[in-house]
Amino acid sequence: MLPKTMLKTLLAVSGTALIAGTAAAQDAPAQQPAPVAPAGAANPQQQGELVVDVVGGIAAPLGIAVPTMPTTEPVDTPAGRTDALGVQLSKIISTDLRNSGLFKPLEAGVKPVAFSEVTAPTFEYWTGAGASALVQGYVRATGDGTLTVGCYLYDVTSRNEIARAGYVVPPSDWRRAGHKCADMVYSKLTGEGPYFDSRVVYVSETGPKGHRIKRLAIMDQDGENHRFLTNGQAIALTPRLSPDQRSIVYMSYLNDRPAIYVYDLASGRQRLLVGNTDLTFAPRVSPDSRWVLFSMARASNTDIYRVPLSGGTPQRLTTSAAIDTGGTYSPDGSRIAFESDRSGTQQLYVMNADGSQQQRISFGSGRYATPVWSPRGDLIAYTKLGGSFRIGVMSPAGGNEKLLTDGSQDEGPSWSPNGRVLMFFRSSGGGSGKADLWSVDLTGVNVRRVPTVLDGSDPAWGPLRP
Amino acid sequence: MAKVTTSILIATALLATAACSKKRPAVIPPAPSDTAPVDPNAGSNGAITPGSRADFERSVTSNTVNFALDSYDIDGRARTILDSQAAWLAKYPNVTVSLEGHCDERGTREYNLALGDRRANSAKNYLAARGVAAGRISTISYGKERPIALGSDDASLAQNRRAVTIVLN
Repeated sequence: MLPKTMLKTLLAVSGTALIAGTAAAQDAPAQQPAPVAPAGAANPQQQGELVVDVVGGIAAPLGIAVPTMPTTEPVDTPAGRTDALGVQLSKIISTDLRNSGLFKPLEAGVKPVAFSEVTAPTFEYWTGAGASALVQGYVRATGDGTLTVGCYLYDVTSRNEIARAGYVVPPSDWRRAGHKCADMVYSKLTGEGPYFDSRVVYVSETGPKGHRIKRLAIMDQDGENHRFLTNGQAIALTPRLSPDQRSIVYMSYLNDRPAIYVYDLASGRQRLLVGNTDLTFAPRVSPDSRWVLFSMARASNTDIYRVPLSGGTPQRLTTSAAIDTGGTYSPDGSRIAFESDRSGTQQLYVMNADGSQQQRISFGSGRYATPVWSPRGDLIAYTKLGGSFRIGVMSPAGGNEKLLTDGSQDEGPSWSPNGRVLMFFRSSGGGSGKADLWSVDLTGVNVRRVPTVLDGSDPAWGPLRP
Repeated sequence: MAKVTTSILIATALLATAACSKKRPAVIPPAPSDTAPVDPNAGSNGAITPGSRADFERSVTSNTVNFALDSYDIDGRARTILDSQAAWLAKYPNVTVSLEGHCDERGTREYNLALGDRRANSAKNYLAARGVAAGRISTISYGKERPIALGSDDASLAQNRRAVTIVLN
């Protein structure tokens, strides 16, 4: 437990505002769950006594207890029985927190919690079990077809409630209530923005190396709710989810004609983005979801263009005789980072969104590719090519380069919505060349495999869901 | 006769490249006979049809040219191969070809799509300079998606850096 003065220092160094408690709602306005019988010191915690040190690495994950969420009475819902949901919700929350690398959810000694105890925790018990923080909650069938999930965060040592939130969700979105609760806990204790309630689009891979079957797929960031979106008859590559979460842009070899398609998530239908016969690839959607940045090979020269997501005439942004590709927008949409071999080797460049003021930003030894601008605006991640492929980050002005992974073929980083975690794909060499999704924390720790149904590549982490 | 109803998949439908009809045909086609598969390019006595893909593949020096690392230059060996392709294509002026550009796995995915395009166009431009009308040649880049050699050693990588000429029907 850190004293208040150190918390202030951490806030200044990390530069992120502490997220105020938000009672997040999905389709219905959030309702503050009514406490049953407040007992003990139930005053809201001052933001000072309990904090997770995220600057400079993870010294020791915080011990946290996430007992099963009880229900007032077990009721059948389209999502399942409310008591079964309570078991699953606590698992969603503890898995999210564990996977962040910053928390150590208790395995042993997590006792069942009665409904009355949810707002009146037995702090002594949890102290004895080794928890510094405690997440309790409940599940209730609201009566109008929705589910209500309560989420309470406690500082075990000082025996104070830190924050509470309530989520009202349709049964189809029940898992999101768990992710929202985990996001609340994570944000309160680390000062970082939330990221658990988000989805990842990627390319699901199977088959032999010389004839890989590649299918467009989407899943929750914890690997659940997985859906194939194409059937593998045509190679699918490099998808991106639009910030408004309505479309996926990706490149397909449909009809033996590699081109960019816009896939509408609601209808499952897709359309060609640019209707000519030139090769189009590497699509990106602008932060306001209005434009698609992409690469087009015309007269055997590849340049970066942009076109409205709704279609239209492409506007050319780069004109060099080199290969210019892989553009990425800054979070405010005013600038674009891209890769170009105009200097003789693949390097990173930044330009204004209209194509003006193109400047090189990478100057280390080796080559640089696949730039992606952090949602926080503070860093650009990339693939560093030398003897091996590794994931790195640098300042948008260049410099301050840091390599985060040490695989032999790590490629294609993608940022979590809070700019804290990078997902990428790692390939094994040799005859199998299998690729899987992996993630790494910004500090370089917590390198872990992201479980997928089959193998995977080209991950694109979508935004936080509202 | 029973009515056939077709059902339409809604919402998260998997995309199919061809619609499949489930109607039972009125006349069942005859079962395949027990003979060896017929080469569509073969004449009635099994000979290869002139101007066909099979004829191309057995006539030219090679249907594949290779490239140095990160390069799309046509070297001496590639010139010899493309010259023989151009000569064959001159004999059959109605034949069209697709030029596929490929890369090895030691490049990132999107850059390799661009490099594959350069390699395909490099070979195309050479053939055009040797008299093959550009309109007969389409290009397609496969980046690093379709390696022909599966190892990660230098020899395998060198085989994968290639442009392949495919005769279209």
